[in-house]
Amino acid sequence: MTASYGVIVFPGTWSDADWRDAIEGVLGAHTEYVFHKETDVSRFDCLVIPGGFSYGDYLRPGAIARFSPVMRALSEFAAAGGPVIGSCNGFQVLCESGLLPGALMRNASLEFRCQPQHLKVERVAAPFTSLMREGEVLAIPVSHGDGNYYADAETLTRIEANGQIAFRYCDEAGAVTLEANPNGSLDNIAGVTNEAGNVLGLMPHPERVVEEALGGTDGLRILLSIDEALHERSHSVSA
Amino acid sequence: MPVSQETLDEIALTREEYDLIVSRIEREPNGVELGLFGALWSEHCGYKHSKPLLRGFPTTGEAVRVQAGEENAGVVDIGGGLAVVFKIESHNHPSAVEPYQGAATGVGGIVRDILAMGARPIALLNSLRFGPLDTARNRYLFQGVVAGISGYGNCIGVPDVGGETMFAPTYSGNPLVNAMCVGLLPHGALMRAAAANPGSLFLLAGSATGRDGIHGASGLASRTFEEEREMRPTVQVGDPFLEKVLIEACLEAAASGLLDGMQDLGAAGLTSSVMECAARGGTGVEIDVALVPRREDGMTPYEVMLSESQERMLLIVKPENEDAVRRIFDRWDVPLTAIGTVTGDGVARVYDGPELAAEVNIATLVEAPQYRPGGTRPAYLDALHTAPMPPATDPGEAGRILRDLLASPNVASKRAVYRRYDHEVQTRTMVKPGAGDAAVLRLREIPKALALAVDGNGRLVWLDPYTGGAMAVAEACRNVAASGATPLAVTDCLNFGNPQKPEVYYQLDECIRGMADACRALGVPVVSGNVSLYNETQGEAVYPTPVVGAVGLLDDARNALGAAFARESDAVLLLGASPADDGALAGSEYLALEHGTVAGRPTIDLDAEARLQRLLVGLARERLLSSAHDCSDGGLAVALAESAVLGGVGFTGAGNLPEGRWDAALFGETPSRAVVSCAETDAARVEAAAREAGVPCARLGVAGGTRFTIPGLVDESLADLADAFFGGLERALNA
Repeated sequence: MTASYGVIVFPGTWSDADWRDAIEGVLGAHTEYVFHKETDVSRFDCLVIPGGFSYGDYLRPGAIARFSPVMRALSEFAAAGGPVIGSCNGFQVLCESGLLPGALMRNASLEFRCQPQHLKVERVAAPFTSLMREGEVLAIPVSHGDGNYYADAETLTRIEANGQIAFRYCDEAGAVTLEANPNGSLDNIAGVTNEAGNVLGLMPHPERVVEEALGGTDGLRILLSIDEALHERSHSVSA
Repeated sequence: MPVSQETLDEIALTREEYDLIVSRIEREPNGVELGLFGALWSEHCGYKHSKPLLRGFPTTGEAVRVQAGEENAGVVDIGGGLAVVFKIESHNHPSAVEPYQGAATGVGGIVRDILAMGARPIALLNSLRFGPLDTARNRYLFQGVVAGISGYGNCIGVPDVGGETMFAPTYSGNPLVNAMCVGLLPHGALMRAAAANPGSLFLLAGSATGRDGIHGASGLASRTFEEEREMRPTVQVGDPFLEKVLIEACLEAAASGLLDGMQDLGAAGLTSSVMECAARGGTGVEIDVALVPRREDGMTPYEVMLSESQERMLLIVKPENEDAVRRIFDRWDVPLTAIGTVTGDGVARVYDGPELAAEVNIATLVEAPQYRPGGTRPAYLDALHTAPMPPATDPGEAGRILRDLLASPNVASKRAVYRRYDHEVQTRTMVKPGAGDAAVLRLREIPKALALAVDGNGRLVWLDPYTGGAMAVAEACRNVAASGATPLAVTDCLNFGNPQKPEVYYQLDECIRGMADACRALGVPVVSGNVSLYNETQGEAVYPTPVVGAVGLLDDARNALGAAFARESDAVLLLGASPADDGALAGSEYLALEHGTVAGRPTIDLDAEARLQRLLVGLARERLLSSAHDCSDGGLAVALAESAVLGGVGFTGAGNLPEGRWDAALFGETPSRAVVSCAETDAARVEAAAREAGVPCARLGVAGGTRFTIPGLVDESLADLADAFFGGLERALNA
């Protein structure tokens, strides 16, 4: 059985086609768009919230999207342990929805940044990073104006202790430095998971580096990790 | 009642034009009718001064499916059931008044031009000109324009993949902001902006109509202006979110086969949109402005017809298809309103509820008078052509000059600009901004790739309008060829001063002639374009600045080339003749920066240019090259240094520079040259191919190491050159 991926489409979402092409075209798995007005996502094994400017990102990025019908269904899907990955605007929506801790503020430079970026893998775990090594450096680009991660001291201590920090911005050699931080994020945090580990948000764009023609394949490794986890899940269910 | 001069000034019509209207309609027009004429007879919509000249452009070609002028943009076939449509347009005047919104709505407008053809916008490029960054005003304009392009383009999910940014005193107070959009069109999805079926409905989609932008076409874009504050209400405000959903809804509607036609609302708003559709279809129209959703109370029919509120599209739909089209727009929550019908009698009737507010024959309305006032060769040309060149500087300064040139905002990396634009969304971008002479986008649908570049050099056109015009076309196409692509077609934006001045008209006339000759020599038709005249402040015209957008095709995406040296020990060669004399320095960045002078007479041999471009494409196809980079601003030494710093690979010259002035050899800007690198074992094949193509070829040296060395002249560390190149623009901005 091949896994089935749902790619959420809000008005203003623009990485939807890129995710579909990555999952369907490169990974070879089934993909469907899920329009924001839909209320049933039970047919999917994994949900993706792509990048973009959902509802124009008016008020705050992700602030309006959290009230859309599909988000209620997505929350239930996540609560039941279904894997959810949100990139860029998807990360913002997940934080605004309370599915992930912390918040994403305006970049410290006050400017949009689209550039190559290195990430250090902080935690190796299913379903998102099982195929990586701890401390490994991935090259996955960023493209955002509001990626400055913040959490209060208590939250930060808690997510550190729980191992919820998935990726940090780093330099090519893996050093987590101020210079390698593209947006002012607290402790260079680039991606976090929920406590159960089945919801991941990250600012970088894995779907943009899934083929050598696009300049790299490190993003594909996240997709392959998810796919492996889904296969194990379906095997254990059928067993 | 005779019309007042004040009214005519407001709509930018002359007394003679008014009299012509009266004689054509055989009565005095009322206020609304006069507004319609003012808009459609504006330079911006009617091309009064440029149309006769633009006829000189070649517009046909093997791959051209729709020619320039027939529709919003020409359509060029690229095989595999696909076509590209592309167009460049100016938003200079709005950007001078309000840089953020001016630039943002420039992006929005050109995207809708492409959308109107039924094409998915897949790339944006822009060409920007500002005054020097040493004044706060110019820095404000620069920052505002870049922020506006970034704010709008990033939100709509169309990658901004390339462009150019240059600085010169002539653009102080009158920046140039040209935006280009490229769209991809499956055969069969082409939409015509024509209302051919009487009985069909006009549906207005998108934003409500407000008072913003009234007189944008006739006022801002069609005359010079000094009092910028007074003009602020004529600048529109963009809503990129609405544009994004409008794109999706319109593309879905276009693909559904339910539309007769589609048209954007740009300059002169509903007026030009509706009237041009009817004119193309040979039909008439009835519009009721009372049905148009408003943003403000109390708007007059005149204001509704002339508003340039953004994010609006016009659909032409048969009544039986209306419900199905409405369902598409409802799904995207985009407002859609029926505002009128297509009629069969060739007359435009504008109603305000039951009241008839205007009634004019459409053919009369869209037939703007055309002027060919004739030009006078500007007196400054002879003086600049014969001005003696300054003597060569001390060769001991070569390294320092190279660093200065690399750091000058005209040459330095534009990373501070393009990193603010999402240039990767839609995952097609193979050669990214700054990495090559052209952006290269793969076509997921077929194994080919597109190469895109915009180019223009006002300094050269000012020095010689004919040659400068030809050079703009040549360089844009050369950039595409250097990336490995065969140039397919070009689009152009002509940024000039007031054409009623004989010297400006001469520049326009000569420049177009030069561009047309270059297009013929290189085999590229002009498929679309835009004319921006009246670029003047305080009575001074900007440099005549044609900007050319070129689109090329790579048969195999894997052949795409960047500009960076790729490997240690690669051979580095120069393709093209490279004289080291006074003439080579004409209009060069070196002359401007080091000697503070703009002089000389640029020259180009278009046959040699065509040979070079064919050679570059052939070498890429044979996969003989590791990199290719044309020699332009800053000349040969800068081209070599850029390839080195981009690749992080040094260079050691073999000491066989062209004989003559050392400064002309290093920094002269003779066109039709490119620096290429290849495996040492392939160098002889490259030389043989060049011989066969009739292109001079010289071994310059070897790539490798951490220094940049031209024996006897330059010996610099690669890190210092990289710092100059990558940090130059930011330092100028923060100085």
